Amino acid sequence: MTLDAKIPSGPLAAKWDKHKFDMKLVNPANKRRFEVLVVGSGLAGASAAASLAELGYKVKCFCFQDSPRRAHSIAAQGGINAAKNYANDGDSVYRLFYDTIKGGDFRSREANVYRLAQVSVNIIDQCVAQGVPFAREYGGLLANRSFGGAQVSRTFYARGQTGQQLLLGAYQALCRQIGLGAVQMFPRTEMLDLVVVDGQAKGIVVRNLVTGEISSHAGDAVVLATGGYGNVFFLSTNAKGCNVTANWRACKKGALFANPCYTQIHPTCIPVSGEHQSKLTLMSESLRNDGRVWVPKRKEDCGKSPAAVAEADRDYYLERKYPSFGNLAPRDISSRAAKEACDAGRGVGPGGLGVYLDFSDSIKRLGEPVIRERYGNLFDMYERITGENAYQAPMRIFPAVHYTMGGLWVDYNLMSNLPGLFVLGEANFSDHGANRLGASALMQGLADGYFVLPYTIGHYFASTKPAKVSVSHPEFKKTEAELQAMTQRLLAIKGKRTVLSLHRELGKLLWEKCGMARNDAGLKQALQRIPELREEFWRNINVPGESGDLNQSLEYAGRVADFMEFAELLCQDALHRRESCGGHFREEFQTPDGEAQRDDENFAYVGAWEYRGANQPLALHKEPLAYEEAHMSTRSYK
Amino acid sequence: MNLTLKVWRKKNGQTPGRFETYPAKDVLDDMSFLEMLDVVNEELTAAGREPIAFDSDCREGICGMCSLVINGIPHGGHKGTATCQLHMRHFKDGETITIEPWRAKAFPPLKDLIVNRSAFDRLIQAGGFVSVNTGGTPDGNALPVPKTAADQSMDAAACIGCGACVAACKNASAMLFVAAKVSHLNLLPQGQAEKDRRVLNLVKQMDAEGFGSCTVTGSCEAVCPKEISLNFIAKMNRDYGLAILKGS
Repeated sequence: MTLDAKIPSGPLAAKWDKHKFDMKLVNPANKRRFEVLVVGSGLAGASAAASLAELGYKVKCFCFQDSPRRAHSIAAQGGINAAKNYANDGDSVYRLFYDTIKGGDFRSREANVYRLAQVSVNIIDQCVAQGVPFAREYGGLLANRSFGGAQVSRTFYARGQTGQQLLLGAYQALCRQIGLGAVQMFPRTEMLDLVVVDGQAKGIVVRNLVTGEISSHAGDAVVLATGGYGNVFFLSTNAKGCNVTANWRACKKGALFANPCYTQIHPTCIPVSGEHQSKLTLMSESLRNDGRVWVPKRKEDCGKSPAAVAEADRDYYLERKYPSFGNLAPRDISSRAAKEACDAGRGVGPGGLGVYLDFSDSIKRLGEPVIRERYGNLFDMYERITGENAYQAPMRIFPAVHYTMGGLWVDYNLMSNLPGLFVLGEANFSDHGANRLGASALMQGLADGYFVLPYTIGHYFASTKPAKVSVSHPEFKKTEAELQAMTQRLLAIKGKRTVLSLHRELGKLLWEKCGMARNDAGLKQALQRIPELREEFWRNINVPGESGDLNQSLEYAGRVADFMEFAELLCQDALHRRESCGGHFREEFQTPDGEAQRDDENFAYVGAWEYRGANQPLALHKEPLAYEEAHMSTRSYK
Repeated sequence: MNLTLKVWRKKNGQTPGRFETYPAKDVLDDMSFLEMLDVVNEELTAAGREPIAFDSDCREGICGMCSLVINGIPHGGHKGTATCQLHMRHFKDGETITIEPWRAKAFPPLKDLIVNRSAFDRLIQAGGFVSVNTGGTPDGNALPVPKTAADQSMDAAACIGCGACVAACKNASAMLFVAAKVSHLNLLPQGQAEKDRRVLNLVKQMDAEGFGSCTVTGSCEAVCPKEISLNFIAKMNRDYGLAILKGS
């Protein structure tokens, strides 16, 4: 299989404009004849569903939550990047493009990233018009702040709740279309499988989470905006419900899964407090604008209270190692530096798994009210969870799984290798390479949904004239029957272990062997252990309750069953990529001072995996990454 | 610490519910309330019994999915705190905790502690938006918004749509939720064009959904995990009155 990314010809800066002109259009009166199934209602899904409905397409939108407003985009705190250069500090589309390419450690597709930077400016305009209450200066204009991996202030924000406000903007646009009858919304409905007919995506099979009913929906295109797979690690900053099921099932139906080993560990999360922990809470990266990260220089000082450690005995390691970016070094680099300090025995707090994030200098410089205005909600959240007051003592933070750059492979049009299957937002792989910069996830989700898909999906309809298929097609009936059988099988095991205990065990294994640092031996151990866990899962779990009912145990068991399969692919990809880049750090491949050592000669490609049946190894396909504009260099933030 | 839980169990919307009692053993201070329930559910599951069904998702106080009336108070009664962020250090060894779902006519029960809050979605569909399509919008800085207006709008927009305000209200009124949305948009210049019809449509829909009337007791504000101010209800009443007077 050759992977054709369908990148338009011409100079980088002109590709998107040229492509917009070259793409075929669907006549306004014909748009209502095409039905699009959008799965997921986060920034990417809600913006796509609303925009497509506004254009006149018939849209159905599905989410597993009780309302589309609850998708996990809502939890993004810090902000959204855009190359507006309102701060007059030297920003430009090209600079945002270059920062993103470099931040991704030269493992993303140049043309996609350039387009992302181009449309970033439209996103801000769109959101302002919707009534997103962005932070403002006293003159009434939009305020900006800086974020990791950039030396300009291009981040727009709404207090520490930017994701919430952007999602409410998209949700309200979606609600308007639902009210107009242009979108049919299916909350508490989970996609369980993709239906492919003659090689084209033609529909989905879903389970109504209230009644348990399994049913089919046919459409002319399927759009997956189903987020990332961070919960394969059990503990992550993802919401409890986030899962890989839609993407993994699509992969099993023939869609390629690209770069699964690119997982992002966020440096500023609240440390784990015990075995009972159900999820980890992120403290926005924006805190690093005013907080200084440190650990004691000497192990002996780690048990002391932070105030008892003299200034001269503190190691502000990010400022020391990366003087030009300091505390705003990118996420992968900051996380690894924290791990290094803790591995050296200089971590603080229970188990030595924490570093300080200290605001005392900023409070001295700016006063507590300013810090309270900027980050009050985050300080409150920290206190609720830990019982500690961060105005008086430094916060303790530790890295946690946060975002997954890998995802289903898509071409420039955001279509997977299966015609008719489009993938948006975190669910695809395309824009962040091996590491995502802060405030870029919101940008990508909205770019895909508002400004890319509405153009490219029309081109697919107009140029291929896809055949109509209805839910009476045998492929739908077959898929429904398979899912019914799987449900009954899960309920019939009646073993000794809970799904949660096995999920936690899988997550621990991945965190240890395929987390912040990976090596050949550890990955091979994981690859041996995962099938054993999977075998135990299918032999020994206990799923109480019935299938025709609201049954959260059953929902969870289905999701973990898919994590049990997907985890193997994650480790396999990490094992095959014998280099370090961005969030993928292989201990065997590092520079003498401990930085990631890329191997551009052998690994400058997208690794896209093809499922070939149970008990068969997945096949690797490579999309070479050619850089026309950005020069591949060693990524340095020193 | 060891606790006793009295939990509302209900198989589905049709069958009557009842309280059941469960022990919660070896609960730690650092556990969140929902993590404590996770531990109880693990024990129930291991014993082959159906775990307690409750809604939760982000578990960081922003998605609005979690609910629970804890000892008679929605979200448990800690200022500005949703159930998912309520931690067990606030409880004492030996305590008995009563856990119930939101109870309101407009939120029909689904199972155990889970209710159907889609009435809130229908309220937003009735007018909780600015009618702009994607594309063709003016530059973000073309329309200056005074910082005070933006800040006040953000105060209202912080609502997470959890429904605690309805659960706390003796009339099960949705006034605080509706007022928050109306104020978020009506305070901004972008929201002016539809200001009148927005407030009229939302109030009409609120009545249609079966939410009760507001007598401004303030119980909603007291339990709101985002501390949305009662002032927004006053502001909405003003917008509503003006819209009626104008005959919109």
